[in-house]
Amino acid sequence: MSFKDLKDRNVGTQEYVMMDIEEYPKTGWEAFKQVIDRGFSVELFKGLGITFKIMKEALFDNQMHNVQYPIERLPISPRYRAVHKILTLLESGNNRCIGCGLCEKICIAKCIRMDTKIDEESRKEVSEYTINLGRCIFCGYCAEVCPELAIVHGGRYENASEQREHFMLKDDLLTPFEELKNQLEYDGFGAISPDADKKIKKTPLAY
Amino acid sequence: MENDIIMTIVKVVVILAVFSALAGFTTYIERKILAFMQRRPGPLHVGPFGLLQILADGAKLFTKEDFIPQNANRLIFMIAPVITAATAFIAMTAVPFVPGVIVSDINVGVLFVLGVMATGLYGPLLGGMAQANKWGLLGGARTAIQLLSYEVVTGLSILAPLMLVGSLSLIDINNYQAGGVSDWLIWTQPVAFFTFLIAGYAETNRTPFDLLEHEAEVVAGYATEYSGMRWGMFFIGEYANLFTISFLVALMFLGGFNDLWFIPGAIAIILKVMFLIFLFLWTRASWPHVRPDQLMWLCWKILMPLALINIVVTALVAM
Repeated sequence: MSFKDLKDRNVGTQEYVMMDIEEYPKTGWEAFKQVIDRGFSVELFKGLGITFKIMKEALFDNQMHNVQYPIERLPISPRYRAVHKILTLLESGNNRCIGCGLCEKICIAKCIRMDTKIDEESRKEVSEYTINLGRCIFCGYCAEVCPELAIVHGGRYENASEQREHFMLKDDLLTPFEELKNQLEYDGFGAISPDADKKIKKTPLAY
Repeated sequence: MENDIIMTIVKVVVILAVFSALAGFTTYIERKILAFMQRRPGPLHVGPFGLLQILADGAKLFTKEDFIPQNANRLIFMIAPVITAATAFIAMTAVPFVPGVIVSDINVGVLFVLGVMATGLYGPLLGGMAQANKWGLLGGARTAIQLLSYEVVTGLSILAPLMLVGSLSLIDINNYQAGGVSDWLIWTQPVAFFTFLIAGYAETNRTPFDLLEHEAEVVAGYATEYSGMRWGMFFIGEYANLFTISFLVALMFLGGFNDLWFIPGAIAIILKVMFLIFLFLWTRASWPHVRPDQLMWLCWKILMPLALINIVVTALVAM
């Protein structure tokens, strides 16, 4: 891709359908002819015909154009950044989070807060993890920076609540143990790209 | 004599009840048909197919606060909606709905119906002027120019068919067309039919001429400050007028309640009125509003001369 293509902001398929707009009448005689043409082609009744056709299609050809929201939902893009999810390891059910603190560090809204401690096996453990969704701007940096794919953005966009402090505890975001078998490797925001294997390089020993 | 009075009262009560209910039901039909024409399902959730939406709306209207604005003229403000509803129903007294159902067959039927419907102008006008609101005042002024102008067209356009029939009673007009479809006055008086229909749209405040409470321009016109059942009375009055105009058109131009092929007369007229009501809703879904100046232009420069020419031509032919 050249630099010029990159700067082209006119994105899209560029397959525009040009409207067929007639010339506006310039003289009085032309205006009169237009009135006669339009008057005798009974355009008002053509309009009636169009609405009747649409009613027929809506009723009999199943062309209603609406989604009855609480019952039906439109699919959202896997790249959509809704409320975070914290995933667990599939085999053991342990947290994927290793407590590195990168998400807390990179969060530009300063809404992530985590406390860590050394557990009895002298491994680092996350004791407290909260995301203040009242502050979160859903930029997705935490999901991008996470080295363990532990925090991702889920698809749960219905996060209306009486208080903005709701849904902020780790327990709300973490996959519950009994639902572990249903946890899918998430292809949404924060997941690895499909060609990640090809991009793997050895860590250079010296810079 | 006493029996007659009781029968009349019964008829009045029945007609009042039926058409009040029909006004509510028409709002449901209107919402459904407009929705289908815009590829939506319309009201769905209250009752089967949303049918109980009417009851829900009615309960809402009845329980709403009856609000009277501070600087309004209280008495006139409170009376105005009653004028609209009352005149709309009084006009129905001279309309034969189905064979035998007419409150009183007076010899100036058409004149009475149109006259009383024209009196309904005072409802929006007084209501608009009494509410101390500039949108209401604008809406009231628009009502006055629109209804008064189109009253002229209505009167002139029915003059030609009346000259053919020779009677103002709606039953006589109906009987004139008794000989089947070819006797309908729409074939001999197509111009009168169209001018009367257009003027009817304007007088019942339907969409191509829906300028009295044009939401985009004057908030809600004369109904801006009205709430609850007072607003509801304006509404019922408008829908009752819609039915009256539809019955008038069906009686005067579309053969009335005469038997149509194998269809008995009572059902025939109801089918005709249903089609006309559907036409009202259909045009509402299809056509845009006109501007007020275009409305006046259409009335005084197109329809009125057309109606006058129609009268002259009819008179020459009839001679």
